[in-house]
Amino acid sequence: MTTSTAMFAVEQGDIGVVGLAASGILVAVAVAISLWRQLGLERSLLWASLRALVQLLAVGWVLQFVVDPDDPLIFSMLWIVAMVSFAAHTTARRAADVPRVLPLSLIAYTASAIVVLGVLFGFGIYDLEGRTLVPLAGMVIGNSLAATVLVSRQLLIAATEQREVIEGRLALGLSATEAFRPHLRQALRTALVPQIESTKAVGIVFLPGAMVGLILAGVDPADAVRVQVSVMYLVLGSVATTTAVMSLGISRELFTPAQQLRRPARRSND
Amino acid sequence: MSSADAFELIGVDAGPVAGDPILRSIDLVVPANGVTVLAGPSGAGKSTLLRLLNRLDDPVAGEVRWRGRALTDWAPTELRRQVAMVFQRAPLFPGTVFDNLRVAVADIDDSQAGHVLEHVGLNADLLDREATTLSGGEAQRMCVARALLTDPAVLLADEPTAALDGSARTTVEDLGRMLADSGVAVIWVSHDTDQLRRLADHVIVLADGAVRAVGHLDDLDASNDRIVRQSVGAP
Repeated sequence: MTTSTAMFAVEQGDIGVVGLAASGILVAVAVAISLWRQLGLERSLLWASLRALVQLLAVGWVLQFVVDPDDPLIFSMLWIVAMVSFAAHTTARRAADVPRVLPLSLIAYTASAIVVLGVLFGFGIYDLEGRTLVPLAGMVIGNSLAATVLVSRQLLIAATEQREVIEGRLALGLSATEAFRPHLRQALRTALVPQIESTKAVGIVFLPGAMVGLILAGVDPADAVRVQVSVMYLVLGSVATTTAVMSLGISRELFTPAQQLRRPARRSND
Repeated sequence: MSSADAFELIGVDAGPVAGDPILRSIDLVVPANGVTVLAGPSGAGKSTLLRLLNRLDDPVAGEVRWRGRALTDWAPTELRRQVAMVFQRAPLFPGTVFDNLRVAVADIDDSQAGHVLEHVGLNADLLDREATTLSGGEAQRMCVARALLTDPAVLLADEPTAALDGSARTTVEDLGRMLADSGVAVIWVSHDTDQLRRLADHVIVLADGAVRAVGHLDDLDASNDRIVRQSVGAP
């Protein structure tokens, strides 16, 4: 850390209140650009920045209690239950037409959390404590959210727009699973490929936030890299698990036990 | 094929919207020999009825039977391999014609695939063509070939020529006739009265969700019912 920036910084990466306020200059830059180019985004920029600050302050305050080594893990578990519920609710809202989307996404996020956290803690990669459990679960669930919404919508679109092709396969005596497999595969690829691409580009095109945060907080870059790599693998694993569970669940909901493709409530038919 | 192979509909209500069925209280025997044409005005319930026969849809009330067994007692996949179906718009799967045929029979070889294409009047050279490059008539005949690979006893055809031009329509019609003559019962939905008169061994006229008439063309030509006469193009 150079002398010129040291006035805002103390040891262990604490930028202090003054530092935080000064970083707000960058929001002012964005607002100035919006004004200059007449983008009309000033209010949105300010609102988003303020909202992020308040949300993170609130989370940080609550996290103090959850991650305290003296607190029992049950508080961390409750925190994870809340995160899973919130993610499932968000998925249900953003993919509202998907049948039984709320219970399915609850199952998907829970399964993903169990698998991924099971590996991370089961193999002793991280010590099981509130300080690690809550942030890692947050990474699992938060990073899976967009992909889960995407895969849910893709499957519903396939079932609607590719109805003739799917029924064409059913009419040949294929099971629902076989008839829908190409569409399931395509939806999963659509959800996973961006994740794979960003994983490939990491370190070359951009430095990931967790690593930057650790280095800024004074952690040895080699240690930061190890943590970051494990986090990236966590993200890949959790996105794959959540979308796989979600898409299998949705596939089952789209068909009846008699291997018929369900249809939306209204449909013109001769 | 004997009359025991016919489909029986007993007290059937059917349609996609619960509480507002298209077909109401249908009691009907659908012959499964030769070509049976389902006729009637738009919205009469012809396609709705056809889709019940291979359980792409189930009735909301009543029962459908085939060969003396309720359709619900058949495994749907087995039923659909015996009661095959082609659609108005030929559903093409990704890949070549050969890839499309393999969806029906995964382990089909080149000579079997070529043979079934020739059976529907297509050249075996088409096997390597991308299915999406086929003409409308070729695509529909390829779909019939694909459906025949499961060795069905019945072929359901939901307005299979409605999207085709004149000559393609004739070739698909001829194919339907040829299949019926070779022992595959054909149940064919049509709006086209000329086609009906060329093809039908039996006619079922539906109107407004009910059966209006059943019989041979000669019987229906003699009907006093204006809708029946219009539906069969009576002279």
